[in-house]
Amino acid sequence: MRGLEIRGLRKEYGDTVVLERIDLDIPSGEFVTLVGASGSGKSTLLRILLGQERPSGGQVRLDDEPLPEEPTPTRGIVFQRYSVFRHLSVAANVRFGLEVREGDRFSGRCFGAKRRMVDGRVAELLDAVGLAEAAQRYPSQLSGGMQQRLALAQAIAMEPPLLLLDEPFGALDPGNREAMHDLLRRLWEQVGMTVVMVTHDLKEAFSLGTRLIVLDRIRQDPHAPHRYGAGISYNLRLDRHGDARDGSALASMPVPEAAVAAGG
Amino acid sequence: MRRLINIRPSRGVAQVLIILPFLLLLLSYNVASTARLAENPQDRLLPSFAAMADAMGGLAFEADSRSGDYLLWVDTGASLLRLAAGVAAGAGVALLLGLLSGLLPVVRASLSPLLAAVAMVPPLAMLPILFIVVGMDETAKIVLIAIGIGPVIARELEGRIREIPIEELIKAQTLGAGTWLILWRVVLPQLLPRLVDAIRLSLGTAWLFLIAAEAIAATEGLGYRIFLVRRYLAMDVILPYVAWITLLAWLTDFALRRLNARLFPWLGLERGEGEQR
Repeated sequence: MRGLEIRGLRKEYGDTVVLERIDLDIPSGEFVTLVGASGSGKSTLLRILLGQERPSGGQVRLDDEPLPEEPTPTRGIVFQRYSVFRHLSVAANVRFGLEVREGDRFSGRCFGAKRRMVDGRVAELLDAVGLAEAAQRYPSQLSGGMQQRLALAQAIAMEPPLLLLDEPFGALDPGNREAMHDLLRRLWEQVGMTVVMVTHDLKEAFSLGTRLIVLDRIRQDPHAPHRYGAGISYNLRLDRHGDARDGSALASMPVPEAAVAAGG
Repeated sequence: MRRLINIRPSRGVAQVLIILPFLLLLLSYNVASTARLAENPQDRLLPSFAAMADAMGGLAFEADSRSGDYLLWVDTGASLLRLAAGVAAGAGVALLLGLLSGLLPVVRASLSPLLAAVAMVPPLAMLPILFIVVGMDETAKIVLIAIGIGPVIARELEGRIREIPIEELIKAQTLGAGTWLILWRVVLPQLLPRLVDAIRLSLGTAWLFLIAAEAIAATEGLGYRIFLVRRYLAMDVILPYVAWITLLAWLTDFALRRLNARLFPWLGLERGEGEQR
């Protein structure tokens, strides 16, 4: 299957079970939003998809290949913070991955025609995220929203089949967030990659995604609460043109209380 | 009345406050020196500024009658060369060890405890060992400085690497960089300004070991000279030499600070704004 297949995924730390019984098929090109209360393991799931952590059991396959056990260019990532290299200018940040791919193994740089090709691509990407003017600035001179746009451009430059976003707009103010939503949706429509985004903003989850996944602790043991992990409690296909997208369906949707609390 | 912690000196006042303690120091020396010399013109303990200038002028601009050298410059050249060689050797090895230990958990597992232990060895206690093993010549002095500052710098750098957000290292991997390119293009460039800072902080220690080594075994050098003329109570040479060493140390520190600001503009921006980290 083209896309992401998760079978019987389980993750535990010591004797604390974080995730259990995760089964999920995400066809290529979907925009999945992942919500859940704090501690429901949504970031853990994302880190497993990224290769930053290994599952304790189960399998994950991307485009029919088992997921590599460490981060690779097949999966792009934007974290909430620290996603960009602070010692590199904006342009150099976007150039980094392209240079590593095109350049030689020892210096990680490229020259001549390759370099001109890379620079052209960097300029396009900076244009696409609206950072062309800031190309020579350093990340510490950018606002939070600009830094996240830079992180997006940097990740998209590699054209990964799977783009992972870990609460990418969590630290931004509402106005900035709106603009970022528009940008992200436009980029996703252009590039057509699969996106998995962790968020605790339910409205964002509904309005951006084509599929909403809710993680929650389905099984409860009052005497040993840590022995059951979170699983998928809702897997909703969102109609791109229907009512569900504006968030008004929230009231009628049987969303777990915990998820609402986290989203509020 | 505002609280003391809220009172900041204005620009002009601040400049006066910078100069004031130095002036007071020189002035009180002058008063004490004049008083002693008035009592006994042969006094050697607190020579007048004129006598010091005279003695230094002789060392700087008149060839030594025995060797034909201009002693101040020979001493300065010899000491700075040893210092530079020792610091370069110590910092170079420290950079390598710090990089490996900070970035690679496998190396860190055995190197980190070793560095912690080695950093506790008093370097001066190693000096006799060095003299026995590598001889009394230049190598011993350079190695003393290197082992005096190396482990401390290595540990500092290791800690600095671990301050680099894990997000950056993971991002680099998703951009296709392997261990070598992460080291070369992400960690090393962020570490170099930290290395320069670590060198600045360890320069005082480096001078300490240099002068100690020169006092014991040398035929020229700033430390050698002050311990040599100590036999004649030649305070008119010792005091200006100490001032000269201090000036050299300060100038080195100043130059390294400027180097950091020039080479690593991103660091200054971060420190300047102070809100991004």
